[in-house]
Parts: sequence; structure tokens; C-alpha cells
Amino acid sequence: MDFPLLAVLAATLTIATPLVWAALGAILNERTGIMNLGIEGTMYAGAFVGFLTAAYTDSALLGIAAAIVAGLVAGLLMAVLTVTLGVNQHVAGIGTTLLLVAASDFTNRLLFSGGSQTVTAKFDRWFPGTGVFAQYPMTYVAFLILAPALWWVLRSSGFGLRLRAVGENPEAADAAGIPVASTRYAALMFGGAFMAIGGAFLTLSLLGSFTLDIVSGRGWICIALVIFGRWRVWPVVAGALLFGFADALQLQLAISPMFSAVPNELLIAFPYIVVIAALAIWGRGVRYPGSYLTPYRRA
Amino acid sequence: MKLLLRAHESRWLAPAAIGVAVLVTLLLTAGPIRLAGANPLAAYERYVITPLTSFGGIGEVLLASTPLIFTGLAVAIAFRVGYFNIGAEGQYLAGAIAATIPGLYLPGLPALLALPLALAAGALGGTAWALLPAWLKRRAHIDEVVTTLLLNPVALLLVQGLLNGPWRNSQTGFPDSDSFGAGYTLPAIVDGSRVHWGLIIALLLVVATWIVMSFTPLGLRLRAAGQAGAAARFSGIHVSSLQWRSALVSGAVAGLGGASQVLGVQHQLTASIAVGYGYTGVVVATLGALSAGGVLLAALLLGTIAVGAQNASVVLHVPSQMGAIVSSTLLLTVVSAMVARHYRIVFGHGRVAGTRTEDDIEALGQPIRAPEADPARTSDTGHESEKVQ
Repeated sequence: MDFPLLAVLAATLTIATPLVWAALGAILNERTGIMNLGIEGTMYAGAFVGFLTAAYTDSALLGIAAAIVAGLVAGLLMAVLTVTLGVNQHVAGIGTTLLLVAASDFTNRLLFSGGSQTVTAKFDRWFPGTGVFAQYPMTYVAFLILAPALWWVLRSSGFGLRLRAVGENPEAADAAGIPVASTRYAALMFGGAFMAIGGAFLTLSLLGSFTLDIVSGRGWICIALVIFGRWRVWPVVAGALLFGFADALQLQLAISPMFSAVPNELLIAFPYIVVIAALAIWGRGVRYPGSYLTPYRRA
Repeated sequence: MKLLLRAHESRWLAPAAIGVAVLVTLLLTAGPIRLAGANPLAAYERYVITPLTSFGGIGEVLLASTPLIFTGLAVAIAFRVGYFNIGAEGQYLAGAIAATIPGLYLPGLPALLALPLALAAGALGGTAWALLPAWLKRRAHIDEVVTTLLLNPVALLLVQGLLNGPWRNSQTGFPDSDSFGAGYTLPAIVDGSRVHWGLIIALLLVVATWIVMSFTPLGLRLRAAGQAGAAARFSGIHVSSLQWRSALVSGAVAGLGGASQVLGVQHQLTASIAVGYGYTGVVVATLGALSAGGVLLAALLLGTIAVGAQNASVVLHVPSQMGAIVSSTLLLTVVSAMVARHYRIVFGHGRVAGTRTEDDIEALGQPIRAPEADPARTSDTGHESEKVQ
């Protein structure tokens, strides 16, 4: 059997795209010490709001813009809960996810109940016919702009330094005059916007429509990627590519006659298992950001 | 504007905070209900009152609450020791799968053998699904939040794979399993009602948890490990071993929930068994303040809302997802209110007579963030072990 390596590599980049967006958003959150389990719901809301807007305005670009707004709002909600109030971050995150998923499904039922699947305007691939390079615009933005920019921002910019200072030691950061709360608010809102763009990729680039459970655990994957990438941009991007490769591989195997006897669901579960295994191998002994899971309030 | 710790917390503060949270929830959810074209007050009546006004309605509430008691208790048991098991969903599904095995392959067993076997299988299935994250946490300090979460979609895929593959219904060809043998039916508590003995098992577990937590030395150690991990470790309590055991018990309880659902309600395995009971378990456990009695009350409340939401979707045409919106909003407002009640807002600056700042408390040699933390706030202990190494 000829193994279509190029097709698998092309699919790897496409599948990794929403993960790169969302996981980089999660890095931004966690580097300030906040674990955002609202990621799954934020991606879901981004996917739905993007789809909704595109369906009504017939513009995929406006869809992305609306998804960004949804992500900012989701980040703001998470910030109010975890920064201003300081509630348990696991509970706040799961609550946010449940709320956003329920609200998206509710609106979906209300507006598109019954009837046929609504198909919206969607992005086209750039450079069609060039194999690996025939990708959606958001894929190019993710790998060529977002990742290097975030890497530079975190490493060298004033905002990045302040963000990391807050994440490592909010007391010291505060003493040095860094506004802890507003830095965390900014990180959560920007991060939320990235997560929502990742979610909107599923509806506005891949499918052109919205289906229930469309995110199906990709947010949780991103949380895992951030840990095993040790909160650094390029290792996390590599992790997203690893997941993308595993998923592309299973998609390829699913249509090959050799694996026709293997249940499809087992193959779909394969990339999740790869991520757990990767976490088990490279996730041991990681050093969490200093103020991980800890709210800060000036004495 | 400044937030100051209250010097004195009146006994009425916590109930008042919950009252405010409920009020805010009603206000926040009124908008979407109006959007759906219904009167919010009529909808709230459907959500929390109508289900409780008839015998049949109460039965439906108890039926809907049963799996929530299991998953809520499972989450509470783990959270209580600072082990953040968010995989009750997967463990519940694994329990349902495991209980299905004897139901399909040993259909002839009499109920006296079949039910204990299937329930034990369910508990074992849930434990098995909880095993890997717990082991990774104990051996390699790998965050259990992530691993338990990631195993949820895997469990769902396993259910779907089994139903599309070896367990596909032999008569209809649909992705539902065959019906179990006659012995595998948890009997109804009252004839003519759908409420089954799974509820009794759930209540027994609630009582057992309450006794262990409140009256035994083990309970004391568990509470200490969860509320002040470092102090507990210092006084010789094996926190990681307690977390390991609680994680497995938590998985077993969630697995029993899955078994109870297939044996008591469905009498076959279907993909519709996964409706997020595991995630809702986090809501139940938190609203129940991680206590056994609280879990029971919270499960009954969310069960009522779930039944009411079905009812409202039929009668008022408010999509049933409104139930989930109400319960998740309630979760967020209640946890916010329970934290906010420790503080009072002071406008302007300067000290106000009769208040303590956190400085004062620190000066008194007490830990910062001192207010008798409700257990849901003890998150930082979960990662203590990684940090101190």
C-alpha cells in the first residue's frame, strides 16, 4: 500500500490549527497563573457564534470577528470569577464551559430548530492544488504569525515580562508596580479570543456548518498540550502537530482496507490516547507557574 | 474601592449569600427565557414547582436525581481530599459498560446473583477508568485534572464503538445493545413508578459517606488532607495515599451510577446514556459544599430543574437546554456569592472601624486568606506536591 505521506502532512497542519490557536490562548492564561477549564466552552461558543454570524451576514470574516467578541466575553467572565472573586479555578472553568455549551445549544435550538443543516459562508483554502500548502488562511496565521508573535511577546515584550512576573510571583510583581489584576484580565481575555478563533476554525473553515458537540474534547487536549509543552510556545505547537499527525493518521487508516476491521471509534480515540501517553512520558516533574491556581489579593 | 475581610460573619450571611445568588440567577436567566417567547415567572414555576406538585412528577424528579447523586458524590469524595477528579463522566460510562457485560453474556442468572454481579462489575469498571489518572498522579505527579478530563471522550467513543460493533442490536440492527437477561432489572421501589432501587443504593452511599467523613478518624484525615494538605502532611498523614484511595472510591461510585442507570432504567446499553451526568456531578458536588447531605439536596434540586426543563420545552417551547443554563448559572453565582460574603466593599480608602485587613490576620499568625475556607476554595493544595519538590 502506498502511504500518502503528503496528504497526511497536509491534514496534520489543518487538524492542528484549532489546537494551536486554543492552546496558545491557554498558555497566555496559565502563564499568569490561571488554569482556564472554560477553554472547551469558549471554543464551543466561538464555533457557534462564528457560525451564527456567518449564517446571518454571509461573511466568514464577520464570523471570526464575532467569535473574537464571544471569546473576549468568555475570558472576561472567567476573569471576574477567578481574579476579582478568586473562586476555585476548576469549578469556575467547568461552570463556564457548561454554561457556554448550554447557551450555544439553546440558541441553536431556538434559531435553527428542525429543518436542514444550515450551511454558511466559509473560508477557502489558499493555494489550492499545492498539496501541503493548500491550507486555510487561519492555518497560515496560526503558524506564521500567531505562534512567532506570541513567542516574542512572552519572551521579550514588556507585556510578556509583566505577565510572567504575575504568574510566577504576584506579590513581588505587585510590589514592583505591576497591576496584577488587570494583567490577568488582559491575559484571560486575549486567551479567550484565541480559543474562540480556534473554535470558529471548525465551523468557518472546516465544515461551514455547526453540529452539536463539535469541539468534542479538543479544549481538554489543549490543556494537556500546554502542560507537556511546559508552557512554552514552540513545544506546545509541536504537541498540537503531534495530535494533528495522530488524528490525520487515524483518518487515513480508517479508509484503508487493512484497518477496515478495526472499529472506527477506536481509531478516533487513538489521538486522545497518544496525548495521554505523551503527558505520561513528558509531563512528569514539570514546574508549574509559581502562582498556579492561586488567586491574589493585596493585603 | 477596596475589598476588606469582614471582622464578623453573621450566622445569616451564608444563607443570605445563597439567596442573593438565586435571585441573580433568576434575573440573568430571565433574558434567554423571554427570547424563547415565554414568561420567565411561568418558566421558573415549571422548573422548580410543577415537578413537585404531583406524585408522578416527584417520581420523575427522583429518577432524574439518582444518577446525579452518584456522580455528585463521586466528585465530592475526590474533591474533598484535594484530588480533582473531573472524569466522573468517563467513569460513569465505564461502569455502564462493565455492568452490560454480565447482562449480555450471562443472561440466564437469577436476580439474586445477577444484580450483585452487575453492580460489582459497574463499580469495578468505574474504578478501572479512574485507575490510570490516579496512578499517574501518585507515581509521576501528573495533573489528574487533565488526564481524567481526557479519558471522558475516550469512554464515550468506547461506548459508541461497542454499540456499532460487537454489541449492535441483533434484532433491530440499531446501535443499541440487546436487552439484558430478566434477572438484571433493578426493581421499582413502588409498583407502577419508574423509581428503582438504584436510588436506595445511592442513599445508602450518601449515609455511608456522611458517617465516614463525620465520625471516623479516616474522615478526619481525609478532611485534613483536603483542607490543609501541607499541615496534614506535616502531622504525618499520607496525603498522596489518601488521594489515591479516594480517587479509586470516587471512580467506583461513579461506575455504580452508570450500572444503576443501565440496570434500573434502560435495561440495555444505548449511546443516550451519556448526557453529561459526570460534568453535572461537579456542579452537584460544589453546590452541595462537598458534603454528603449537601450532594443529596443539590442532586434533588438539579433533578427537579432537569424534569422541569423537559416539561417547559413541551409546554412553553423553551428549549430544554435552558435547564442546563439555569443550573450552570446557579453554580457560578453561588460559588461567587460564597466567596464574596467574606468581604465587604469599602469606598474611598483608609481603615474602617470594625474591619480587619488581611494584614491584621497575618500579624496574628494566621494564614492569609484565612476565612474558614469552604472546601471548594482549597484548590491550591492540589498542586502542593508538585511545587514543593
